[in-house]
Amino acid sequence: MADELTWKDMEVDNIITKAGNASVRKTGDWRTERPILDKEKCVKCALCWIYCPDAAIKPGEEGYYEADLYYCKGCGICASICPAGAITMIEEEEK
Amino acid sequence: MPCGSYNDDRGGGKMSRRVALEASHAVAEAVRMADVDVIAAYPITPQTHIPERLAEMVANGDLNAAYIPVESEHSALSTCLGAAAVGARTFTATAGQGLELMHEVVYVASSMRYPVVMAVCNRALSAPLSVWGDHSDAMAVRDTGWIQIFCQNGQEAFDLTLWAFRVGEDPKVLVPVMVHIDGFTLSHVTEPVVLPEQSEVDRFLPGFQYPFALNPDKPMTHGAFGPPEIYSETKLAQEVAFRNSKEVILQGWKEFGDIFGRYYHPVEEYKTKNAEILLLTMGAFTETAKIVIDNRRDKGEAIGLISVRLWRPFPFEEFRRVVKGAQLLIVFDRAISLGLGGPVFSEVRSALYDEEPRPKVVGIIGGLGGRDMSEENFDYVINRGKEIAEKGSDRILETVGIR
Repeated sequence: MADELTWKDMEVDNIITKAGNASVRKTGDWRTERPILDKEKCVKCALCWIYCPDAAIKPGEEGYYEADLYYCKGCGICASICPAGAITMIEEEEK
Repeated sequence: MPCGSYNDDRGGGKMSRRVALEASHAVAEAVRMADVDVIAAYPITPQTHIPERLAEMVANGDLNAAYIPVESEHSALSTCLGAAAVGARTFTATAGQGLELMHEVVYVASSMRYPVVMAVCNRALSAPLSVWGDHSDAMAVRDTGWIQIFCQNGQEAFDLTLWAFRVGEDPKVLVPVMVHIDGFTLSHVTEPVVLPEQSEVDRFLPGFQYPFALNPDKPMTHGAFGPPEIYSETKLAQEVAFRNSKEVILQGWKEFGDIFGRYYHPVEEYKTKNAEILLLTMGAFTETAKIVIDNRRDKGEAIGLISVRLWRPFPFEEFRRVVKGAQLLIVFDRAISLGLGGPVFSEVRSALYDEEPRPKVVGIIGGLGGRDMSEENFDYVINRGKEIAEKGSDRILETVGIR
């Protein structure tokens, strides 16, 4: 978990020698909006998965595609691209 | 390396040679013998003679390096960073306003752990506009995380430039190094300098093997974004690594001494044995101050001199050790931290706060913007220092040679 890394875990300050390391860094904490999927409307077309610029949307159970809020920055591209109107963006504060 | 012929007209032979060299040219000579790969520099007084000489060496084929003329100091250091990122040995030089213009990149270099070597021909900062020397530029970058050392003469300028590559590039260090050379009073002074054989230099300084060189076959991230979750941890890691560089710094000086016969120390001592009073100076004026110490010692005064060679990381241990036993430490500063006083003074006084017993510490500022420091001036510093220690001071700032 990224927020449990200590200074001793830093390889050489901020040089990161392993590629693809975003999967172990919590990078979505500054999001102000998050996507909510309406499974009733979702047609499982995977466009959101393809368009997500941060690879934060992953195929989940039953073939639905859902955002991993550990990485999602809340840009809203998934909501914008969704042909079925199944994704809506809501404020972080909203439940 | 294809550049061994340079200077052969000045003596030749197979042994080290003692030649007359301007300190700036001694620095350039060290950079040439270090077989540097990339030089990016922008000319600024009083640093100009260093890049000029290096450009000449490259143009004449005496140094096989890329000499990249850039449009500013900001670009000069940025270029070195890019080159260092792929594993090149890099050098730049600047002074005063130039160092200020590259300021943000100065932090980036150390935080991204690129061991660039930079000579700084210390120059006063504007305003008023001054091309002459003092230490205000050095003090403005003291927190930047570079290893920083001060030179007193041309030989040291040569030696410590060579040493800078050895230490900064050590895989256990990977920190850039700043070699401070007083503008004009050192940079433009011609002195006898002993130049070693290339084979000796090669023995001391191996090729640069940057363990994190950018390579498409082994992708990695340099300079990642640091959100609040990780920024603090990154800075602490940097500070710990920086402090730990001290071990290699000392080892580098020992290896240097064993090969070349000249040994350097984090705090240099001069006639400190049984000294009750110590004068602290940094840089080229130290040599003038030594004459004053000689004269006073001849008259039986128990006085000595110390000079902080390694300014960063600050050598607390060595400093406290050499000061131990003295009753009075008089610190001569060539810069003003406006609103605070002498920056060196405030640092060394704070370094002694927990020591028991500790000497009285007084600070006097002078030598600003190229103002000379004569023997008489240093005599005043010592006399006034003793007076302040005895009676205190009612002045906003204790100065020397200022009307």
